[in-house]
Amino acid sequence: MSSIAKELANPDIKVPAEIEGNLIVTSIDKIYNWSRRNSLWPMLFGLACCAIEMICTAAARFDLSRFGMEVMRPSARQADLMIVSGTVTKKMVPQIVRLYNQMPEPKYVMAMGACASGGGPFKDGYNVVSGIDKFLPVDVYVPGCPPTPQALLHGLITLQKKIDSQSIRTVRWYQPGAEEPIPVPILGPDLIDPRHAGLLRQRAAEQAALVEQAALVAAPAVEPAATEPPAAG
Amino acid sequence: MATAELSNLKLKAEDVKLHEAFPDAVSVETRKGYSGYTVKPKHLVEVATALRDRYNFKFLSAATPVHYLEQGQMEMVYHLYNLDAGGGAIVLHAQTSHDAPVLPSLTPIFPGADFQEREAWDLYGIKFTGHPNLRRILMWEGFHGHPMRKDWKEAYFEQDSKPYDTRWPGGQVHRVEDKNPFGNNVAYPDGFTLEGWSEESDRTMYDAMPVDGKGLTTEGMQTDYVTVNLGPQHPSTHGVLRLIVTLDGETIVKLDPVMGYLHRNHEKIGERNTFIQNIPFTDRLDYLTPMCNNHGYVMAVEKLMGAKVPERAEYLRVIMDEFTRVASHLWWIGFFLNDLGAFFTPALYMMTEREMILDVFEATAGSRMMVNYMRFGGVSRDLPPGALETLKELAFERLPRKIDEIEAYLTDNEIVRSRCIGVAALSAADAIGYSVSGPILRAAGVPYDIRKAEPYGIYDRFDFNIALGQTGDLFDRYKVRVFEARESVKILQQALTQLPEGEILSGKQQYQARVPAGEAYGRIESPKGELGFYTVSNGKPNPYRYHVRAPSFINLTSLGKACEGWKVADVVAILGSIDIVLGEVDR
Ligand code: SF4
Repeated sequence: MSSIAKELANPDIKVPAEIEGNLIVTSIDKIYNWSRRNSLWPMLFGLACCAIEMICTAAARFDLSRFGMEVMRPSARQADLMIVSGTVTKKMVPQIVRLYNQMPEPKYVMAMGACASGGGPFKDGYNVVSGIDKFLPVDVYVPGCPPTPQALLHGLITLQKKIDSQSIRTVRWYQPGAEEPIPVPILGPDLIDPRHAGLLRQRAAEQAALVEQAALVAAPAVEPAATEPPAAG
Repeated sequence: MATAELSNLKLKAEDVKLHEAFPDAVSVETRKGYSGYTVKPKHLVEVATALRDRYNFKFLSAATPVHYLEQGQMEMVYHLYNLDAGGGAIVLHAQTSHDAPVLPSLTPIFPGADFQEREAWDLYGIKFTGHPNLRRILMWEGFHGHPMRKDWKEAYFEQDSKPYDTRWPGGQVHRVEDKNPFGNNVAYPDGFTLEGWSEESDRTMYDAMPVDGKGLTTEGMQTDYVTVNLGPQHPSTHGVLRLIVTLDGETIVKLDPVMGYLHRNHEKIGERNTFIQNIPFTDRLDYLTPMCNNHGYVMAVEKLMGAKVPERAEYLRVIMDEFTRVASHLWWIGFFLNDLGAFFTPALYMMTEREMILDVFEATAGSRMMVNYMRFGGVSRDLPPGALETLKELAFERLPRKIDEIEAYLTDNEIVRSRCIGVAALSAADAIGYSVSGPILRAAGVPYDIRKAEPYGIYDRFDFNIALGQTGDLFDRYKVRVFEARESVKILQQALTQLPEGEILSGKQQYQARVPAGEAYGRIESPKGELGFYTVSNGKPNPYRYHVRAPSFINLTSLGKACEGWKVADVVAILGSIDIVLGEVDR
């Protein structure tokens, strides 16, 4: 029996010896995960410094193709894995979310490096998102700044293990009812996450009430000072 | 272009007596630690024009604002160079009040000021009268406020400068997003409501593009213009650059680069950091050349500190810089071939030697890419045992062989030649006007290399030549880079042979650098061009102003013009030939 067959075959079901080389009895989950994990197609999409290490990982010395992942697709429609390789900025995040929505299921997200995982060295910046997990569901986080190619490979192997443990009965994309796309953030005076609309309305109402109260308390002589938009809320 | 008087062609900055020529407009800078002149804003254009035309200071290298909050002033600082004479810069300061700051634009005289003035408007809110196209450049249209101003606070603001009391001493850890009502790095201006707001971010950009193709015909057919986007997610934009392109069929009518998709606020964070904390951040600017970035920054601060660098450290710096240059140029050649359509195979060949160089970086500095290697007054670590042998083997054996191989395979390659020769030629005058620097400037036929023109470190001790092109087309840019890689190897061979023993750091390792008040501009010839760091210190442990003159950002100014009239496929090659790295473009 070949090693693949050994890996896949269900030991509980005996296959008659004469057709052993031609037939494997296995479960849908097993064969589905096995084929999926060995042909992950990452999206060809680099964000920052980490992308350089991603390219090095794909190159001859570290060679992603050993794991069946060398087919990088520039189109989201053909990719299974989004490696978020670098700093996620507010200006870029609408596009990243849109790309994620465009990926067909099953799809996985890997946060490569400190920036994608949590903002990294640039976390305090006014244009930086504190990690892609504020918007997308992340499957594997790879620490490092940048993660070495070895670390990225380890992350990819970890993802393979995760895929092995999944079952098509429970994965979220085969549940009844269509999965909603993630709402695309908007570039307003600052980044607006549509999921925060309620919170924003509530805050605006509170502020309006405060202003009204202040106007009531203060004598008409004192006008609310016309301020330049202050920075921090 | 050259109306400069003949006797002025080789004029050095220190021989120009600007205050004598313009007694009403210009005065000598008197602030302690500052240099150059102060110019009255209403004479700025006149003085700049004279500098360009009469004195031959044709190269406006850096134009950057400083916000002096206490004085209530906004100041633009300009560095101009005479390319024929070499040497230092003429520094001009022009001041205006910080509420509603207005200054005359220099873009009509120096087109290279275009992006830099837009950046100053975007981040500081300075209006430039006469600027043809004053839109935000790094942030998006509609963003609240001008974030680099000293009175502007980001959502995660804790304190003006590090180390933050909340973390130190004691080392407490907390997550700053837990304190933000939205759990993320956002803050909205008071009175902001979802209903009372409309999105404006992309509209102004499309408005600037030509829409009407009527009247123009292609082979007797009336055609309409089409405006399309290339990027920000596109495999050939080298990262997250976006190009808005108006097309007439396949031909480019207008091209407008849109950037900021990797703007990670390097300068704002840099001004909160202490001087020494900025060194690792510079690694992340142009992440293909971290050693050079380190070098430029520590040089700027060393100028302020007056620090001396020991011999061995100087040599180590040169060695690291030049290996970086070779690695960066190799990488560029590989990816340029990518852009020409030879997908990834050439790049794989180019990466082998780069990996060997990175191994030495890792052994020496501890990291393949983010080396954090140089310090004020030296370097942080000496070469580990065995590294010198590896480096020598690289410099004497492998790299020369590699470059021969490149030339054998590519220089006479039919496809490379037909895709490159004559494409997007940039004249010397245009290149200087657009403040283009580095290999593209030299490809246009201007023999200007900072290592020769204003030698820093110990570069004056080495024997090497400046690469020079003739027409400034893509093929010249390719050849210049190959030649430069060869010359770098030559420098490396000399440096590795001469490398003396001794100290690598003057003084002892410190956690805090004492930097006297003043301004300094340190610049080096990075593989991409003139990489400059402008720092202002007010005597505190943090830089008051920290600005990066990013070569790839300013080189991009020439892209729009260079692409006009070429085909879509050429755009990818032209963009590739500039050699941009988005970490540096957007900072
Ligand atoms: S984690 Fe580090 S290397 Fe990766 S993108 Fe962020 S700063 Fe760059």
